Amino acid sequence: MYAFDYHKPRSLAEATALLNANPEARLLAGGMTLIPTLKQRLASPSDLVDLGGLPDLAGIFVGDGEVRIGAMTTHATVAHSAEVRAALPALAALAEGIGDPQVRHRGTIGGSISNADPAADYPAGVVGLGATVVTDRREIAADNFFTGMFETALEPGEIVRQVRFPIPEAAGYAKFPNPASRYAVAGVFVARAAGGVRVAVTGAGPSVFRVPEMEAALTASFTPEAIASVLVDADDLNTDLHATAAYRAHLVGVMAARAVTSALES
Amino acid sequence: MHNENVALTVNGRRHALDLDPRVTLLDALRENLGMTGTKKGCDQGQCGACTVIVNGQRINSCLTLAVMHAGDEITTIEGLEEDGNLHPMQAAFVRHDGLQCGYCTPGQICSAVALLAEHKAGWPSYATADVATAPVLTDGEIAERMSGNVCRCSAYSNIVSAIRDVAEGGRI
Ligand SMILES: Cc1cc2nc3c(=O)[nH]c(=O)nc-3n(C[C@H](O)[C@H](O)[C@H](O)COP(=O)(O)OP(=O)(O)OC[C@H]3O[C@@H](n4cnc5c(N)ncnc54)[C@H](O)[C@@H]3O)c2cc1C
Ligand code: FES
Ligand code: FES
Repeated sequence: MYAFDYHKPRSLAEATALLNANPEARLLAGGMTLIPTLKQRLASPSDLVDLGGLPDLAGIFVGDGEVRIGAMTTHATVAHSAEVRAALPALAALAEGIGDPQVRHRGTIGGSISNADPAADYPAGVVGLGATVVTDRREIAADNFFTGMFETALEPGEIVRQVRFPIPEAAGYAKFPNPASRYAVAGVFVARAAGGVRVAVTGAGPSVFRVPEMEAALTASFTPEAIASVLVDADDLNTDLHATAAYRAHLVGVMAARAVTSALES
Repeated sequence: MHNENVALTVNGRRHALDLDPRVTLLDALRENLGMTGTKKGCDQGQCGACTVIVNGQRINSCLTLAVMHAGDEITTIEGLEEDGNLHPMQAAFVRHDGLQCGYCTPGQICSAVALLAEHKAGWPSYATADVATAPVLTDGEIAERMSGNVCRCSAYSNIVSAIRDVAEGGRI
């Protein structure tokens, strides 16, 4: 690691002041991605601003047709929240499927979406449910939040405070996990709400994306059979040591069908 | 760049340290406090050899900075024994031969102790078929709940037996 100064602000205003005063500062949530990145010397922030001292950023509220999750809420807390399991079981199951227990006890929803790893699970839930990302300065619709591989709409110094998920009629998530890390080789989140069906894919492309053909077919008939003939184009998908683009395209179809089945069972 | 004064509470004892903020909790335990029971395997969150229990939750000590843990209650493998007697989980690992080289063992045991507490609290897992009912600790459930701890010697079957033994009341 390159040297840095460490700060643990006690208020959001103090955190913002630290970020403004130090343009090369980085926010630190659970450190699950940032600390390995620092160890590999892939980042050299002048300062780390630890959000762990801001209890207001952690917590879950369910009501008004929404599930609101604070940015510093850990994956384990979401997975084991009785309220989330009752209102949005697909999201609790998604959180339970991230990494392993040690990672789930430290990794946060805010860190996961801000990092925007192309294989991360939460982006599929955020886009699939049409959530809203609330920051210290504005609200960002899920469709505008993820802009590319490890890229988001967040501006320098902008802090994610909360993610607001509208509660759907039915939702399901299915992924083909990397057997070691559990990151999604391909993962599909499907949600049916009054406005129609949304299908969001993670792991397969450079960033989370929707599949309009599947959404139209599922809005007409919410069954796995309805999407059996929808082919996903492999051209824009990733090839790496885990899977080829063609295999990922196939997996998207399989995972989407499983997600619909899971939504129908929930 | 500045050092930080940090007080770490490890196994009930408070230690005042003056640390470079880059020092991980794992390195602080091993290098600054001389508590080498906690092991460094991968140093990047993938193997679980460095598992410790912080405020009741198992975490990877290699993926967290020591300065982040002022005021937290940290339990390591050295803190599990009671009055000179092995913790029931330690005794079960010996009885069931839940190890070969032993390098992953402190992490496995800390993880297993936390696993039992999580199970007692009623937490389901990814392997739980019906999350509405209290999960039974089958071998599949134990394997899933221990998925953060890798054993290069592949002592898994005996690790699972040891944990199930303690979960079922054990013979201490
Ligand atoms: C072994 C291992 C396995 C994993 N497996 C999976 C998996 O299967 N699926 C999956 O989805 N993920 C997986 N992860 C990632 C993990 O779930 C974490 O969520 C992710 O690494 C982010 O970590 P964090 O919350 O600790 O954030 P950090 O690492 O602390 O921060 C990540 C980035 O987000 C920024 N940031 C953090 N919080 C905010 C905020 N509130 N506002 C603005 N920016 C912010 C930081 O500056 C940093 O750039 C795995 C990680 C590990 C180590
Ligand atoms: S040494 Fe920490 S997880 Fe491997
Ligand atoms: S006993 Fe050797 S790594 Fe587990």
